[in-house]
This record gives sequence, C-alpha cells and structure tokens, in this order.
Amino acid sequence: MLAKRIIPCLDVKDGKVVKGVQFRNHEIIGDIVPLAKRYADEGADELVFYDITASSDNRVVDKSWVEQISAQINIPFCVAGGIKTIDDAAKILAFGADKISINSPALANPELITQLTHEFGQQCIVVGVDSYFDLATGQYQVKQFTGDAAKTRTTKWQTLDWIKEIVQRGAGEIVLNVMNKDGVRDGYDLEQLAMVREVCSVPLIASGGAGTMMHFSDVFKQANVDGALAASVFHKQIIEISELKQFLSQQGIAIRPC
Amino acid sequence: MSQQTKQKLVIIDTGCANITSVRCAMERFDIEVVVSRDPTIIKAASHIILPGVGTAGAAMAKLEQFDLIELIKGLTQPVLGICLGMQLLSNASAEREVNCLGLIDAKVSPLQASAGLPLPHMGWNTLGDISGPLFKGLDSNSYVYFVHSFALPVGDYTLATCDYGQRFSAAIGKDNFYGVQFHPERSGQVGAKILKNFLELSA
Repeated sequence: MLAKRIIPCLDVKDGKVVKGVQFRNHEIIGDIVPLAKRYADEGADELVFYDITASSDNRVVDKSWVEQISAQINIPFCVAGGIKTIDDAAKILAFGADKISINSPALANPELITQLTHEFGQQCIVVGVDSYFDLATGQYQVKQFTGDAAKTRTTKWQTLDWIKEIVQRGAGEIVLNVMNKDGVRDGYDLEQLAMVREVCSVPLIASGGAGTMMHFSDVFKQANVDGALAASVFHKQIIEISELKQFLSQQGIAIRPC
Repeated sequence: MSQQTKQKLVIIDTGCANITSVRCAMERFDIEVVVSRDPTIIKAASHIILPGVGTAGAAMAKLEQFDLIELIKGLTQPVLGICLGMQLLSNASAEREVNCLGLIDAKVSPLQASAGLPLPHMGWNTLGDISGPLFKGLDSNSYVYFVHSFALPVGDYTLATCDYGQRFSAAIGKDNFYGVQFHPERSGQVGAKILKNFLELSA
C-alpha cells in the first residue's frame, strides 16, 4: 500500500538552512548536508529544499550543494527556488535532484509548467502554491515572491482556480503552502486542503501549520493528502520523525517504517 | 566464484536526468563506476545499468542516436534497467506508441486511475510476490520508492509486483536482463540491498 509521506522541508538561504515565522525573520538552523543526512537516517520519506530568496532576488539557486545531497542521501529530494527556464531545471536535475519545484516563475509564465513536463516528464515537475486566506473577503488568494516580505504580492489567482490550471498543464505534484499557517504550529488548514484535494488529481502535499503528531494524523485522515511537509517541528526537535511514524502507524495510517 | 579484480559498473549515458543519483548510489559500493555511451567501455563492463526518467520516445531516440540498440540487445553481462530503463526492455510503450528494445515480451501501458487515486504513482509502496536473486535477504512488503505513470503488466517475467489500484510489475527479469520500476538508488536501505544483490550476479 502506498505510504503517506513525511517530508521535512529545509528552507535554504545563502547556503544555510533557515526558518522564519510566517515567511519573515529567518533564523539560521544549520548546514544543509548534515541536516539532510540526519533526516534521511531518522526515516524521512523525502526532503524538500527551498531557496527562499531565489525568485525574489532575481537569481538562480546556488546549486553546488545539490550534488553533495545526492551523494549523501538515499531518499528522494526536491529542489525549489528561482527555476525559470528549461536550462535551470536541467542543471538541478543533472546534479541529482529527483524533482524540481517551481512557484513564482510558474505564476509569471504558466506555460513554463507545460514546457518542463514535456522536457523532463511529469514525474519530476512539482508546483508550489503559496495560498493566503483573506479573512476580510473570505477568499483564498495565491501569493507570489513570498521569499521576501517586501516583494510579496497578491496574484489574480484564486487558489482553487490556480490548482486546476496547474493540474491541467501536467504538473506531477502540488505542494500547498498555507501562508497563514507557516511556522505557527497550530495545525494544517484541513478545510482548505480538503477543498484543494477535491480538484487535485495529482499527488498533493500539505505545508504549513504542523505542531503536534496529531496534526499529521488529522491532515492524512481528514484532507487525504499524500504527504505532509513540515520544517520547524523537525528542526527544533519538537517532533522526532521515527516517533511520529510509529504514532501514525498506530493511528492506522499507511506509513513506511523507519 | 574465484578471486576477481574490482567490478566495473557502467551506467549507460542516455542523457536522462537521474544518472547522478544512480552514480552516487553505486559509488557507495567498492566498485569502479563509469558513465559512458562508448560501445567498447560498455561491452567491457562486468555490470551495466540502463537508467532513465522522462519519456520512452525521447530515451529510445537517444539510444538510436548513439547507436546502442543492437549493442544493448547483445549484452551477456547482468543488465539492470531502472524505471524508464526497465520499461525500455519491453516490446513497446503505449506512451506515444514507441517501439522499445523487445527483450521482455510485454507492452508498457498507462496506469489507470481508479478509486480516485492520484497519478503519477509517487512515493513509497510495498513489494509483493518477490522472487529471484535481486531480492535475496529482503521480505515481501519491503517499501521502495516509485515515481511513474506507465507500467508493465504482471507476466512470466515478473520478479516482484506492486499494487496501486491495479497490480503491475515492480521488477522483471529474463536471462541476464533485469528491470525495476522503482528507484533503488532512492529507496533507502532496501534499495541499497537490491543494488548490492545486482552486483553479486555473475554473467
């Protein structure tokens, strides 16, 4: 049976792993390779690396560490950050990344999703979506350039419409980052994720809000996502991956044992 | 087996994207690893890996461009196709009706989305009905990492199955040719054991 995936996310800035609260005020957590290796050894099913500054600074993610990761770990990993062209993607995949993820550049040019899937196959093209729930209007809005608070902007897209567009363009997986929940640790946005699940026929990864082991159980059971991504609870060792996986197994969720 | 010089593994350079991860995984063993499309080097290898991600059409076009099709068919050393590399061992792929190498008598078809299962089939899934030397020392129900939308049906050549809405071949074999639909290079300790078992096969 296909296992639900536990995915630590490592936000990368200037070659270090960082994590902020609600996409701001980043604090340094540590070096990339040792942390990646630790998570792989502890039972992570996959890793995601986001160069959170890349798109907003108009530069491509520094790729030298990608091959080191590839050499050091034996689980799949995805690299995101500033991938704007077929060439950018080709380089990162050639360094050994299993998947690449695009976000702001896909909003700037949705055709890029189509081009990338044609060139490399659907299976390695992930689209990240930064969704913000606007309490005033009650709408879910897609945000762009979220790596830098000063440059973040609201796009014309409602979240569900953008998800449909991405699926229709052939992306292989979607990561939904709920911005209101980022780093807050009070649970995934189950309501929004369940809505997105309805229109998302490709694998869906939940991101933003994990604080307790029960939050993971809830998101798998109530929103039926394929994977749950989290950062701070793992970086700060609030939750230990092997313990989490044991807990989820006991909850009757299909989990790859560590 | 008598005392041998260091094994020499060649990863056929198909120009596809997952060569680095396969190379990195193989370099963790005490063997010489070369990535090449040179016929002389490929023929001299003790073991050969045919990697591949992307589309069957693009991969077959590369093999043809590099004049490797007949060479691969004639290999007598252990050959392991990974993911798309496994699918290339078959007769043909329904992915744009591409003719493949024809070493395994079966045709690759798209996985059918059933019961609302997301596609591609992506993530860690369990092996079933394992047999043969590739799986020596492993239990059925071991988890390995899959990423694919196309698959080979279950047949005489099947060495392991997997279930995702439908049963399909997770591993195949015929003579010296082996193929795995999953990614052993990204399947943790289980994957490493399968690669080690492959290296222990002799021609």
